[in-house]
Amino acid sequence: MQSGRRASEQVSAAVADAHRREWAFVLSATVRVTRDIDLAEECVQEAYAQALTVWTWQGIPERPGAWLTTTARRRALDALRRQATLVRKLPLLIEPDNEPAVDEAIATSQETAFPDDRLRLIFTCCHPALASSVRVALTLRLVCGLTTAEVARAFLVSEPTMAARLTRAKKKIAAARIPYRVPPLAELPARTGAVLTVVHLLFTTGHTAPTGGALVRADLVERAIDVARMLHELLPADADVTGLLALLLITDSRRATRLDDGGRLVLLADQDRSRWDRAAIAEGSALAKVALSAGAPGRFALEAAIGAVHADAPTWEDTDWPEIIGLYDALLARWPSPVVALNRAVAVGFAHGPHAGLHELERLGAEPRLASYTYLPAARADALRRLGRVEEARVAYSEALHLTDNAVERDYLARRLAALPT
Amino acid sequence: MSEYLILIYENESNYPGSDDQGWRQLMEGHQKFGEKNGAVLRGGNALQPTSTATSIRGTGNGTGSDITVTDGPFAETKEALGGYYLVEAADLDEAIAIAKQVPAPYGGVEVRPIMTFS
Repeated sequence: MQSGRRASEQVSAAVADAHRREWAFVLSATVRVTRDIDLAEECVQEAYAQALTVWTWQGIPERPGAWLTTTARRRALDALRRQATLVRKLPLLIEPDNEPAVDEAIATSQETAFPDDRLRLIFTCCHPALASSVRVALTLRLVCGLTTAEVARAFLVSEPTMAARLTRAKKKIAAARIPYRVPPLAELPARTGAVLTVVHLLFTTGHTAPTGGALVRADLVERAIDVARMLHELLPADADVTGLLALLLITDSRRATRLDDGGRLVLLADQDRSRWDRAAIAEGSALAKVALSAGAPGRFALEAAIGAVHADAPTWEDTDWPEIIGLYDALLARWPSPVVALNRAVAVGFAHGPHAGLHELERLGAEPRLASYTYLPAARADALRRLGRVEEARVAYSEALHLTDNAVERDYLARRLAALPT
Repeated sequence: MSEYLILIYENESNYPGSDDQGWRQLMEGHQKFGEKNGAVLRGGNALQPTSTATSIRGTGNGTGSDITVTDGPFAETKEALGGYYLVEAADLDEAIAIAKQVPAPYGGVEVRPIMTFS
């Protein structure tokens, strides 16, 4: 009895592991048979459910991904055959034009090795003809294999709302015939850019949850890194992909130190650097170096390089600020975003003192895109505090407090405000 | 003689499902309309719902840059439907590639898949 329970626990763990590692592979290989994402999804879901029972008495297969793919594709073929039979039974109503497709699918299923179609799946989920929030949701559902309920939680919407949104997106893919393929070479850079934006958005949503009690949504952060790794494995020569993976690894290396034991926010300056994940930093820095050496370094490679400079500094005071400002200048030229300008201004404040920093920050005050961005008044408040301009700092901290809904960030700002001398 | 494009604007949320009695009546209505007006009809199709539409802005501005592709139909009323091309394409990517060549500098174009009845 005892050993039986242990075996079933092992099987559950193996299925969960295969879900995390193989879902995208199994689903994308099954879509090749069904040509229909909905049907493929259903078959893959069933294959995973079947694994839970079959593996208990048959043992865990040597290649779980291959077992799951074979099972899912077999189910798909059965479903297609049933459809074909239905078609034959209703000859007057429907033309039997999809029968050759079934034969072809059966022939394909005889292959022992399955084609790696994960890139096709990713490019389909991140197609520009889909709304960008839907691209993130589809990627979580179809590439990462999250349940609809989990995707709904990530977006803080109800499960029926998310289910409707996903169904609508899949209907559009089918009805508008969004192709299931890797785009041709000429379109590849732009389309890869769209995919990277989705992965980056997924990561930042997890890194600082926009609302709610938790600062970090580890599940989303880890899924984003998984997809970035998958992309890097599939497109190893793409410097932007390499840059994004580097950026995510280096940023996430600090996760354990971003909150203190009491769950309060700790800024980069005050983090315990001995607890940063050195393995992630080493891997990220090496990748950043590769990405930077490519022709004109992209946005993510430059952001990763900035992270790597921070990671290299033994203490906050030892940070190579001129190097950081130089990288921000290059980033601003490549990616002229007000948020980048804000970060650069903060770096100036540390390189040349709060007075110079404040001057830079005040120049950004007129930027409409930063009007409701918490970090601008927070950075101004910090510079004013360092300059001893207490009353102005108080106003700026209060302004920042009004602009964030993240409980951990609110707590940090409230503490800063309370710590000002009266 | 002139040519006219007659556009059917309806509330999609009131539309009957294809198994409904209402749908059959509608199809019969179109068939009758077709029989009665066969001599003057140059073509006609039912469009898939707007949820399948893709809008492309910035086409034909001379530079070929700044073309944006977004999910959904044109919503603003200031942009009126001014013409249409019926094209044959293998998939949405190919249709978008053709749509990007349509000169529509004062607005844009919307790509809608034609409904096929099997």
